[in-house]
Formats: sequence, structure tokens, C-alpha cells
Amino acid sequence: MKAVIVVFPGSNCDRDVMVALEASAGRAPAMIWHDEATLPACDLIVLPGGFAHGDYLRVGAMAARSAAMADVVRRAEAGVPVLAICNGFQVATEAGLLPGALMRNAGLRFVCSWVSLRVDEAESPFTAGYEAGQVVRMPVAHHDGNYFADADTLARLEGEGLIAFRYVGADGERGEGANPNGSVADIAGILNPARTVLGLMPHPERAAEPALGGADGRAMFDHLVEALS
Amino acid sequence: MSGAVAAMPEAPITPALVAEHGLSAEEYARIERVMGRAPNLTELGVFSAMWNEHCSYKSSRIWLRTLPTEAPWVICGPGENAGVVDIGDGQAAVFKMESHNHPSFIEPYQGAATGVGGILRDVFTMGARPVASLDALRFGAPDHPRTRHLVAGVVAGIGGYGNCIGVPTVGGSCAFDSAYDGNILVNAMTVGVAPADRIFRAAARDATGHPVVYVGAKTGRDGIHGATMASAAFDEGTEEKRPTVQVGDPFTEKLLMEACLALMGTDAIVAIQDMGAAGLTCSSVEMADKGGAGIELELDRVPLRESAMTPYEIMLSESQERMLMVIRPDAEDRARAVFEKWGVDFAIVGRITDTGRLVLKAGGAVVGDLPVRPLVDEAPVYERPYTLTPRPAPLAAAPDDGADPMEALQRLLAAPDLCSRRWIWEQYDHMVMADTVQPPGGDAAVVRVHGTNKGLALTADCTPRYCAADPAAGGAQAVAEAWRNLTAVGARPLAITDCLNFGNPERAQVMGQFVGCIQGMAEACRALDFPVVSGNVSLYNETEGAGILPTPSIGGLGLIADLGRMCDIALEAPGETLLLIGGDGAHLGRSLYQREIEGRQEGPPPAVDLAAERRTGDFVRRLIESGRLSACHDIADGGLLVALAEMALAALDAGRSVGARIALPAGAESAAGWLFGEDQGRYLASVPAGCAAALLADAEAEGIPATAIGANTGAPAGATGASLTVEGRGAISIAALRRIHEEWLPAYMAGEAEHER
Repeated sequence: MKAVIVVFPGSNCDRDVMVALEASAGRAPAMIWHDEATLPACDLIVLPGGFAHGDYLRVGAMAARSAAMADVVRRAEAGVPVLAICNGFQVATEAGLLPGALMRNAGLRFVCSWVSLRVDEAESPFTAGYEAGQVVRMPVAHHDGNYFADADTLARLEGEGLIAFRYVGADGERGEGANPNGSVADIAGILNPARTVLGLMPHPERAAEPALGGADGRAMFDHLVEALS
Repeated sequence: MSGAVAAMPEAPITPALVAEHGLSAEEYARIERVMGRAPNLTELGVFSAMWNEHCSYKSSRIWLRTLPTEAPWVICGPGENAGVVDIGDGQAAVFKMESHNHPSFIEPYQGAATGVGGILRDVFTMGARPVASLDALRFGAPDHPRTRHLVAGVVAGIGGYGNCIGVPTVGGSCAFDSAYDGNILVNAMTVGVAPADRIFRAAARDATGHPVVYVGAKTGRDGIHGATMASAAFDEGTEEKRPTVQVGDPFTEKLLMEACLALMGTDAIVAIQDMGAAGLTCSSVEMADKGGAGIELELDRVPLRESAMTPYEIMLSESQERMLMVIRPDAEDRARAVFEKWGVDFAIVGRITDTGRLVLKAGGAVVGDLPVRPLVDEAPVYERPYTLTPRPAPLAAAPDDGADPMEALQRLLAAPDLCSRRWIWEQYDHMVMADTVQPPGGDAAVVRVHGTNKGLALTADCTPRYCAADPAAGGAQAVAEAWRNLTAVGARPLAITDCLNFGNPERAQVMGQFVGCIQGMAEACRALDFPVVSGNVSLYNETEGAGILPTPSIGGLGLIADLGRMCDIALEAPGETLLLIGGDGAHLGRSLYQREIEGRQEGPPPAVDLAAERRTGDFVRRLIESGRLSACHDIADGGLLVALAEMALAALDAGRSVGARIALPAGAESAAGWLFGEDQGRYLASVPAGCAAALLADAEAEGIPATAIGANTGAPAGATGASLTVEGRGAISIAALRRIHEEWLPAYMAGEAEHER
């Protein structure tokens, strides 16, 4: 699998996801600076976490208008899978790759902690390494992870099985205290209708080896390599 | 782009103007002697920036020289931007702690944020990629009307900067005391990793004619005379000083950091210095002085953010995220290209000369001309009179009052100084860079050295209530506790950075606290082979004449050679044996038990026996390195029972319900002393049951006091979880302890008044 990681000014999880991808794929992804108008040929595009352009103006807004993103949108429309993590998820919604928006956390504070997620949709190259209904642990670290979409969009996401991950308690049940940011319907990650774009606030790359406190994220990278090689 | 520099107003140098610059009449006379004439206003500003307490260490310098700074593994001790130690395999750790107390009290978010930004720059200036930050915080009493606002702002500011730049904030300390009501402490520490043979320094040596390059954010009027402010005590006018607090831009610093580190991979840079306190003045003078050179600056070329700035303002601005470099003459184009890629300003603002003078030009005219060497060497050094703090009389032994220890434990775990700091560290991204292998909450945080199986153990410690009662014992204890915290995770302690926060040194009693703490620290550093490699002094921490508690924050760094042998505090499994290593506790003087339960603070703090400390710690570290301990925790604030509760709580956090049952030793004089005494040099360890006897025999052979005090327990049949039991004294469930431990800080910050205590 040949992966490309788009690096924006202010990205800071680009190296982390590179390490995780390399561990699964056995080859290093290409790091592409945001002003490149044409991405190299690839099987997977990653929009990494961080604070692109300092999160100034509105999270993800400036990065979504970079030269590289225009090509990312073209590739995504052509079916190249896009994994958008944290700030990358924010960029992806601003670029129109995914519906909805990420607002300031309901608690108004940055939150960095391990959360439990339920895999609600296992049919995608990103989530097929999990069982539907499986509960996995990954860290979140964000100030603006409060997912919002209007009622029609939500109904469509629910109806078409596009909600990939939801925040749950350790027992797999949704409920108060399980949702770290106030996201509507406890949404932690969503797919596009073609299931080729995944945006999620949790960081699978920070849960890719036991030494970091958990390895549940590893299955996502392993399965991407398997599906896209 | 640079705007036109405004002309300086003609201003006669009056005694009032001199005093406004924080200079005494004697100091001004010295300036005239050095200059051979009266300075102009710009030159006076340069002198005041160089000779204030913050930059010149004029009250502390003679005492700082008494601290040990050398060891075979020290690559660079105090005097550079940060200390450097060898961590093997051609790598070095670069680290320093620095205060940002005064700005943080005036504007907590920006003050704390720029404190983090400044210490990050100190580390990457030396060629190291920052890998972790820590923060030692001291706030006023929880019921003081400003405390909540200050906690909220400082924590958000630290997170706001560190999270954005993408360096994990992995630990630190936080405590409350009314002595900090009007003067909080924000001490920020950063650690970086660099190739040991590629350390960058400030000295512009053999560089005559080389260009001086300004990179980073544009210069504005923020922070003018910030260093002078940090060298004065607070009074009613402090609120008016808000404009002297700088504003941080972590995004710009991220770009600046990446551009600098990229250029440092080439041979372009001859010298580099960040613009911190006193901005362009301090950085240019240090480069020239350390290189034995002169420097000429063309102020018209400095990138400016505001119009009509004067030479005075440009030289004294403390705008953040700026660096000064000297580069090879042939490297200009490639250096410029690197900074252009990252979108960071790059301007050649002068050149290195061989005149030994700092010459400032604007509009074609010389607006300042000062000798470099005397600016540094002739800075006043004071041998301030001091009165050592008298040692408190020993406390009479208290008879066992039969108080319920489980009740006391609950009150201690709910106390502001012992409750969970989760509310704080969950606002810090402590995992970015994906190398945090021991997160906040244990004895020391551990970050993996990227791409290796080595770890850096990091801690920040100080017990100001000990330092106030007996500065020498408190200074030694702060160093010993840092050493112990590193040892408890299995690290070999290498060196410390210190951040010495004290009141007004012109008061003999405060100066006596400073001297006492330094004496204690020096003794401990020598005994533990734990030298000081960097640091910072923050004096005049007082408001309306009331000083803070003496607070020498110690940032410790240790190395774990094999992360497979790292230890943590979480109890592993029921059935294991609990060992107390280092002796029984009895000392309640200045303990949290005495303060929180008995409502008094009396007697001497616990003594630090440095020889025993070293012997016990070296023994514990060997046990960890040979894989014989499954959990280990040093016994500190709150004593043995609090330490044990913390070990069970950490297990619960890791998803394991493990409790413990312990018994008081026969003949213990006081249950409270044994359970809550803060005697130093001790550890609690958990070992598989079959291994305890051999381990105790080894301890005995080495003359280390060690006893089995009980065993880990699981959830009994029918119960939902494990408990903590002291035989004959009661029990409490770990789940209940967790509720108590986690409750106070979030409730307090949410404004629930009953938690103001």
C-alpha cells in the first residue's frame, strides 16, 4: 500500500500516523506539503491531526482551501480512500468530503483522555478489521470535537449505516459521561456514502502499540494495508 | 515588512527616569563610568534590561556558584539556554525550567502560554527537538477570590500553547497555599533530544563580518520592560502592568521551530539565541559577549508589527516567537529558502564586528553605542545580607489518639493538595508525538526516546512547607524527592534543572531562606551525583510586603536504558506481597496529616539522610532493573497509607480492581505516625508472593530496612470491588476512594462553593 500524508502548517500528528502506517505497511508513507497542487499516485490519503494554521479563523477552514486539498477532493471523488483524523476530520468537513461540522467541545475545555468507542459500522476498508458492535479504546485530544449535523443529515447517516464509531461506556452502552465533547448522537466518526472517506476525532495512531496504553487502533491500519495492497 | 523607525524623543536622564528603569543611583553611576558619558534613553533602556535581577542574577549569582554542576555525563551546564546531558548512543537530552510567575498573575492565560513558548524556544535554540513539557504550579488558597480564575487561565494557557505546537505536557505538580494568594508560581520545563555532537550555542565566535539574521514573528510593543517587571514586587499598581504581558502565538512558534530545526540540519548556523526576556537586547549582547565580538544592528531592517516604533521600543520589546542567528555568509540564500517554506519572516538585521561594541543604527545615524563586555561583566553583583531561618524545635511525641485512619485517609485524598489532578492534565495533550509511555499521575512521567527502547523519566518537585520551616532541609528534600521519583520508575537520575522562586532578596530573612535552600540543594546534589545543569531564579515574589513560601522547584531527568524494565505505581494483582523499603514512618512534623487532620503546621520537616537515601534508592533501582518489582511508589505527601491508596487507584484506572490489607507493626508508637508520617527515603513495592523472602534477605544483607506489611487483595465474593484494609482499624472500598479522590478539583472549578476550603 502506498500512502500519502498531507502536512499542513501546524499539523502535529503527521509523524505519529506515519510511524503507525509504516509499522503496518512495512513502508513509509510519502509526506506531502500543503502547497503541492498534485499528489503522487497513492492508495490512501491521510489528513493528520494537529492545529493546521493554528486553528485560527475556524478549525480546518484555511487548510481546506490549500492547493493539496483541491487534489485530495478530486482523488476522493475518484475513489481513493481518505482517512481524516482529528484536525483532519475538521479539514474534511470544511472541504465538503464529509457532512456536518465540528464545534467547540460542550465542556468548553480541551480534552485529552482515553475513550471507549463502539464500532457501529464494520463495512469499510477502515473498520473491517473490527466486528460490528465491538468496543475499542482510543485516545481523544481536541478542543473542537463536538460533531453536529442537521436532522436530515443525521437520519441519512443513521439510515445508510455511515456512523462508524460512537462514544460509549466501557460496557458498550451509550450514556452520560461516555461522550467527551457533546457530539450529537455520540458520534465519534463517520463515513461518506461510498465508505471511502472516514473522519474521526479519536486517534487510532496513538493506540497502535501496547507501550502507548493500548493497541486497538492497530487493526485499522493493518486492515487498510490488507485491503489496499 | 519593516516600517520606518521613529526618532527617539529627547529625554534628559533624570533620577526619576533612572528609578523608573529599576536602577539604583549607584547602578546609574556605574553606567556613566562604563560609558564614559551619560547614556541616551535607548542606552539606558539596554542597561536596565541587562542589569535587572531577572537577567543579571545580581542577588543570587554568588550563591548559584556553590551548586555542583558537573558530572561525566554533563555535556553543557548552566550558562547556555538549557542544560545538556549525555543519554548514550550519540544522543543528548536538553532541558530547563523557567518561571513566568508575574505575567501569569496579571494575565493567566497569556502569561502561562508564553512561559511555555519561552522554555520551548530555549530548548530548540540548542538544536534539540522538544519531546515533553512539565509544569510546577502554585496557587493561592482555594477560597481566595482570584484563585479559581487563575487556575482556569493558567491551565488553559499551558494547554493552549503546548497542545497547538504539538509537544506533550506530561507531568508536573500543583498545590495551593494562601502564601501565593497575591503571587502565583508558574514554572515551565521542557525537555528535548538532540544529537550529542550537534548542540547549538549563542557564542558568535570567529564570525566577524557574518550576517546577523532575525527570524520569527514581527516586533511589536508588547512586553516592553517585562523583565524589569519580573524583578519588582507587586503593589496596587500591578493591574496597570497588563500591557507589559506578551501574547503567545503557538502556531508561529511551531513554524519557527520546524524551520530552525531544518536549518540546523545543515552547516549554515554559526550561533543562535532566542529572544526571550529583554528581547533583542539580551540576545544580541549574549551572542557578542560569548563570542568575544561586537555586533552592529540596523534597526530599520527589523520586521515591525506596529508603526513608528522607536529604537528604545525595538530593543526592549518582548514580542514572542523570535530568534536571532549568525549564519555563514555563503548560506544566506538557502537559509532564507527554509524560512520562506515555513512562512516565517527572515531578515538580515546586522553583522558581527570585532569592535567589542553593540552599535545600534537607525535612519543612517548611530542611536546607541555601548561596550558589550561591561554590559555583562560590570553588571552589579550583590552579597545581600541574610539571616538564616532558625530550626524549629522537635515536636513532642504524640500518643496514639486512636483516630480512625480510614476517615483521615478520606479527608487527605479529598484535600486540594492530594486530590486527583486529572482535571488539569486532561486539558494537556500528554500523548502527542506518540512516545508517552508513562502518562501523568505516577511518580515520574516517561517518554520514549523516539525510535529507540530508551526512556526519559521526568519529574518536577518541591515541598514549600518544608522549605519554609527549615530551608536547608527543604532544599535537600526537593532534590531527594526528584531523585526518588525517577528511581521509582526504574530510571537512573542524571541531572536537575531548578527554578528558584523566592520573595524580596533585599529582606535578610528572605535572603536567608534562599541561602538555606541552596545549601540543602547543593548537599543533596553532591550526595546523589545529581548536578544542576540549568535553571532560573525568580525573586521579588511578594505582594504588599508578604512573600511567598520559599519554593525551589526541582525538575529532574533520568534515563531508563530498557523500557521493558520500567516500573509504575499501579498494583498488579491480588496475592502479591507489599514491602515497605526504607524504614518505618513516624515523623508528622509539617506533614499533610498534621495540616489537614490536626489543623496545625508545627515542628521540623522530616530529615533527609542523604547516605540512606542513596543506598535505598540504588537498591530499589536494581530491583526494578532486574524485573523483581511489579509496582513501586515513593512515599511522599500524605505518607504510607496515601501512597498505598494511590497505587490501588492507579490499578483501577488501568482496569484492575486490586486492593490491599496491611497491618501495623507490633509496637508501633503511633498509628498516625506509621500510616501518615512523611519520613524520607522510602518506597512501597509490590512483589509476587514467592519472591518476597529472597528480596527481604537481599535487603538485610545490604543493610536496607525492608519489611512485608501486607498483601494485595482482590474483590471478595459478593463485593463489587476491592478494598483497602488496615487490620483492626477499618476498611474502605477502592471505588469509594476513587470518588473522593476525583471529586474535589472539578467541583471546585465548577464553582461549587462548599469546595472552597
